[in-house]
Amino acid sequence: MDELYRDYILEHYKQPRNFGELPEHDLEFHDKNPLCGDEMELHIRVEDGKIADLKWHGQGCAISQAAASIASDELIGMPVEDAAKLDADWMLEQMGIEISATRRKCALLNLKVLRGAVTGDPSWPESE
Amino acid sequence: MATTTSLDVRADFPILAGDIAYLDSAATSQKPEAVIEAISDYYRTSNANIHRSVYELAVKATEAYEGARERVAEFVGWETPTTIFTANASAAINLVAYAWARHELKPGDEILVTDMEHHSNIVPWQLAAHDTGAKLRYLHVQEDGTLSLDELDEELARGTIKLVAAVHVSNVLGTLNPVGEIAARARDAGALSLIDGSQAVPQMPVNVAEIGCDFYAWTGHKALGPTGIGVLHGRRELLESMRPFIGGGHMISMVGEQESTWNELPWKYEAGTSPIAEAVGLDAAVKYLQAIGMDTVRAHEAELTAYALERLPEVPGLTLFGPTDLDKRGGAVSFAVEGLHPHDVAELLGRENVCIRAGHHCAQPLMRHLGVPATARASFHVYNNRQDVDRLIDALHNARKVFQL
Repeated sequence: MDELYRDYILEHYKQPRNFGELPEHDLEFHDKNPLCGDEMELHIRVEDGKIADLKWHGQGCAISQAAASIASDELIGMPVEDAAKLDADWMLEQMGIEISATRRKCALLNLKVLRGAVTGDPSWPESE
Repeated sequence: MATTTSLDVRADFPILAGDIAYLDSAATSQKPEAVIEAISDYYRTSNANIHRSVYELAVKATEAYEGARERVAEFVGWETPTTIFTANASAAINLVAYAWARHELKPGDEILVTDMEHHSNIVPWQLAAHDTGAKLRYLHVQEDGTLSLDELDEELARGTIKLVAAVHVSNVLGTLNPVGEIAARARDAGALSLIDGSQAVPQMPVNVAEIGCDFYAWTGHKALGPTGIGVLHGRRELLESMRPFIGGGHMISMVGEQESTWNELPWKYEAGTSPIAEAVGLDAAVKYLQAIGMDTVRAHEAELTAYALERLPEVPGLTLFGPTDLDKRGGAVSFAVEGLHPHDVAELLGRENVCIRAGHHCAQPLMRHLGVPATARASFHVYNNRQDVDRLIDALHNARKVFQL
């Protein structure tokens, strides 16, 4: 089995979870990775300070799409306050694969977009 | 099936001694031993600052640098004093954008570029347009990957186009543009022309005088030379009347307290210590290419391109971009594979030491035109052979397997 393109990564890539748009949402953000042209948009509906629902869409490589799909399941139900504090390590841990320096931004694009949506800070996430 | 073409110079390139299929020459070429040696020799035997000192080393360094200029100019059929060394092609284009465009353009004027330009031939004009109130217009890429000369005529008929900036060979589509015709029509309409030859000079015979453009820019590192040196060829009367670009040492004639006067061409545009070793390296690269013969270089790359265009469609779900007519294209082939993002293609090929480029290739307007976020690109040079193409095809089949396609 491939070390990077594991079965579950490919499954998320081919059948991404929570992919689409939320016509009614409270938070949204759109961003791209200028190095490769990957794009992503995130819609979040908030209830009682928690992420009640979330949809994302975009285009990109298997790593960026799988990362967004994997994270989306974890984020639904999470307090917005907690989501705002998620860092690069959290995302890389969710991926469960070794991400090389050249693919790091692929894996972190969705977290960048999430942070843009919940904190307004569009900078690239870093590790603690 | 033949596994080699008639040209076999791979052994001249030390970096290719290992197990590698280097198919990214449109990004940067590899360097032959002769170039590496020339740079090393220069630092070992001739290093001194040029143009000033009179001791022997300085004379050797000056002769090496100015000799390089002569041979580089002759290589592309242009005169020496109007051949300016810059840092790269972007710097050469920026020279014109600063020294010409910012002083000549005014609101209502327009600059015509094409959809297939590298960012280096778009962004300098956007900045100049922003500073002067001029606007950019775009010639569109047609379905077959070529430009329309009729559309060019329509644009020029507006009477507002002051400059046409076009690429000689596209780094994405491989399209070989009719730059002589573009320059002639621009001139007839009273517009200047600037041609970006970064992908053309490395792979085909180029004669700037025959093209008849006003400016021709290219870079050394794609033409087997080192990084850090580019070239701008310009029409003498323009270079004489334009203001300098960067001020500094050696570009002056006399420096007063408030005003200065400028050095002769080409030094008026070469402020500060020059890329001497880089010029020596580029000189060696040009000699190397001339020894092979640019007709042979072109034939070799055309043969590999034809072979790649023949074999790539064997990969299921593969789409090719760019002209299929070999006379209308150079040695860069862009493609996409259904179900495989270009970055994943590049990653998986990289593991098999097949080096290709994935991304927007510094041509985002073109990507939007093609309707894709990115492409994968394989590009060829003298050191490539059919086995490199075979490895590309095998690696693409393997990549599809990894993705369970």
